[in-house]
Amino acid sequence: MDYSIKIGGEAGQGIQTIGNTLGRVFSRRGYHLFTHQDYESRIRGGHNLFQLRFSDSPVMASRDRIDILVALDKESILLHEKELSEHGIVIYDSSALKQRYEKPYFLDVPFRDLAMEHGGNKIMVNTVATGAVLGMLKIEIDILVETIKDTLKKKGEEIIKGNINAAMAGHDFTTRQCQRCSFSTAPQSKPKMLIAGNDAIGLGAVASGCKFYSAYPMTPSTGIMLYAAGKAKDYGIIVEQAEDEIAAINMAIGASFAGVRSMTGSSGGGFALMVEGLSLAAMTETPIVIALAQRPGPATGLPTRTEQGDLLFAIYTAHGEFPRVIFAPGTPEKAFYLTNKAFDIAEKYQIPVLILTDQYLADSQWTFDGFDLKGIRYTDYRIRGDAFKDISGYKRHHCTDNGVSPLGIPGDSKHLIVTDSDEHNEEGHIIEDVETRKKMVDKRLFKKLPLIRQEIEPPILYGNSHPEIVITGWGSTYGVMKEAVDDISKNKDIAMLHFSEIYPFPSTERFDYLNLLNNAKLTICIENNATGQFAYLMKGETGYEFNATINKYDGRPFTLEYLSGELDAHIRRL
Amino acid sequence: MPTLEDYKGEIPSWCPGCGNFGILKTFKEAMVDLNIKPHQFTIVSGIGQASKFPHYLKCNTFNGLHGRTLPVATGIILANHEMLVIAVAGDGDCYGEGGNHLMHAIRRNINVKLFVHDNQIYALTKGQASPTSMEGMKTKNQPFGVLSGQLNPMALAVALDCTFVARGFAGDTEHLKGLIKEAINHRGFALVDVLQPCVTLNKINTYKWYKERVYHIEPEYNPEDRVEAFKRALEWGERIPIGIIYRNHRPTFEERIPIIKDKPLVGQSFDLSIIEATLKEFY
Ligand SMILES: Cc1ncc(C[n+]2csc(CCOP(=O)(O)OP(=O)(O)O)c2C)c(N)n1
Ligand SMILES: [Mg+2]
Repeated sequence: MDYSIKIGGEAGQGIQTIGNTLGRVFSRRGYHLFTHQDYESRIRGGHNLFQLRFSDSPVMASRDRIDILVALDKESILLHEKELSEHGIVIYDSSALKQRYEKPYFLDVPFRDLAMEHGGNKIMVNTVATGAVLGMLKIEIDILVETIKDTLKKKGEEIIKGNINAAMAGHDFTTRQCQRCSFSTAPQSKPKMLIAGNDAIGLGAVASGCKFYSAYPMTPSTGIMLYAAGKAKDYGIIVEQAEDEIAAINMAIGASFAGVRSMTGSSGGGFALMVEGLSLAAMTETPIVIALAQRPGPATGLPTRTEQGDLLFAIYTAHGEFPRVIFAPGTPEKAFYLTNKAFDIAEKYQIPVLILTDQYLADSQWTFDGFDLKGIRYTDYRIRGDAFKDISGYKRHHCTDNGVSPLGIPGDSKHLIVTDSDEHNEEGHIIEDVETRKKMVDKRLFKKLPLIRQEIEPPILYGNSHPEIVITGWGSTYGVMKEAVDDISKNKDIAMLHFSEIYPFPSTERFDYLNLLNNAKLTICIENNATGQFAYLMKGETGYEFNATINKYDGRPFTLEYLSGELDAHIRRL
Repeated sequence: MPTLEDYKGEIPSWCPGCGNFGILKTFKEAMVDLNIKPHQFTIVSGIGQASKFPHYLKCNTFNGLHGRTLPVATGIILANHEMLVIAVAGDGDCYGEGGNHLMHAIRRNINVKLFVHDNQIYALTKGQASPTSMEGMKTKNQPFGVLSGQLNPMALAVALDCTFVARGFAGDTEHLKGLIKEAINHRGFALVDVLQPCVTLNKINTYKWYKERVYHIEPEYNPEDRVEAFKRALEWGERIPIGIIYRNHRPTFEERIPIIKDKPLVGQSFDLSIIEATLKEFY
């Protein structure tokens, strides 16, 4: 069992509502689920889609082949009819589309009439459509009924009842009318957790004791701020929408200086504005976590699409030389844990840590058995209250053996906390002399760096342990690469190397991935960008050059069929 | 009680005779008068001659980037609203590079006291025009004289309904001390623009120039009348008013944030116990 459903239509038609509700039903029924969204940068109109793929075994990428197409507009049919599998079916409402389709795999469902008749409001077409899809799949209505009750809790009995009736009407209709429907969907044992990348980062921040999040809205990073704002009351978090990204990062630095864990987030253009602040965090040794959700550039680029185009920017941006850490999780689960690790490392070494995602990971939802909270690190590295009162001879930038100076809380003790964006002495006061300058660079950079390096985990190896073919990637391509390995490993000795802790570049001490690459016949670096930035980084850091690269820079993510096709072409030449 | 000695900081690198000395001395005296100890407040400053200020006394200090004083101060006060947070900036820093932040700090009404050392010039970079330089002023970089209109920070602040708007003069330290104390005692955002002669680079707006023009706002003046305040704010030229131009009593930003009503953010411990319930929301 491995089915894909595509919901297509204009912005504002409720595609997300249908997609999210179906997703919730599938995950509650215990299926493995992967969803991804593709939308235009507009509020109404255009063409948008929400794709769900569910199965009884793990899924972590979208397929091109779809089994049910929910067409809320004509364009969806025009664009996606050809993607139908051999038993695929299109459902649509001929009265809404003002057109009838006669081919046998079209099923005309009067969404609007059913919504009016049973729900009492044409707004409920989405609920009818959701019920209709479940009817086609022979999935009982009860989980949907529960989901409706949960999500509409605040809207009142009347609306809940209307929606339940609308859902049932859609469900009944397709149960009776869909002769071609041949889907078989046995329920699974336990409900699964369903979470998207942005929410996972937000959750990771909350679970790490983040108390301050300041940002300026920018797709695809906004979801993180929204998540934090939604939890502001429960967790005591101040979420401030700054006047611009420059203010956002400086506010977060101020809050961190005052003693609370702080974070900011943006996408390329907004992050570009933060760059001077990044350098400030480094100079003042103020811990900060920054989420950088990539989208295709340059400039405004494709605001709502995906790309891995800012890796080298993230690594090399900001003036001056200083240590930074860059993570690029491949799944929401990894995003959760790496956000937590980001907070830990940022505070432990008093450095900026960046979490690099992209629209694809930010918006796609995955299922998991659950996040294990035992993996959460929480150590308060700051010196507070009495502990701070009791130490003698405090210097904010004291040159310790490991370069990490005591991080006190201003006001907690008579000791003063002084720091400066100018080069400074151990007390934090401006200096210009050569000895102090050199001593401070040694402290900030050279003393800390070896320790920071040791925190970095090597890449993950998946597949054959003596592979003939190695595919390598980073960040959001994890899922599609892993599935491609599963496919190809039926005939070939193939493995995937996936990097999610990218900078400082992982050493080969704990896992000699270079040896693995050197012993393979074919190595391919796969990236959602035009220039192969990771391949370039690998060469610079290790001298290793991949045999081939696969780059996609059309603003869309890799699908399984696309990647497998590209890989086949390379493998055939072996 | 702290004494002036407790405030002794690094040796200033300002030019002899600089208006900044008057401000520094007066500020220390005001802190002593107010019985505020060095560790009880934080000064955030930017970059410029004025922004070196916190190094020359004793206090918690965040000497950040050029123009970004107010965002850092905002972050600090939100994290710890029991801390007295003072921002010190130059006219270039605050009205030029960081102009956008000023507008929004005023809107938010964070409880931060901003002192702008207004020498009507970019001093640290050696004499280019600033937003408050007078029209026509010639510099190496403005060979045809300043062509842009002169920014009026007082009128700007009144227009934005800033809760405390005042002007002082570095050459009238007794008066300035009163303003500093009033600003610190005010609840809400305070902008104090301090006319600060730059003896090396601004040959127009000298001590003499200011002394001939400044006058104390008369005691009968009601700073809570916004229309009158706007009129007063527009005065510049032959006569320049110093004193409190405008004041109102809007609630501060921090007061309106429910989660810090009982305790500053920095004092709130982190409790992971509700995370299990949060995780359930994803099922
Ligand atoms: C982003 C940035 N731009 C420019 C500068 C250079 N710079 C330093 S101070 C300054 C202007 C100083 O003028 P003002 O703020 O009025 O302070 P003053 O020196 O007059 O006290 C400039 C342009 C800088 N440090 N950072
Ligand atoms: Mg100046």
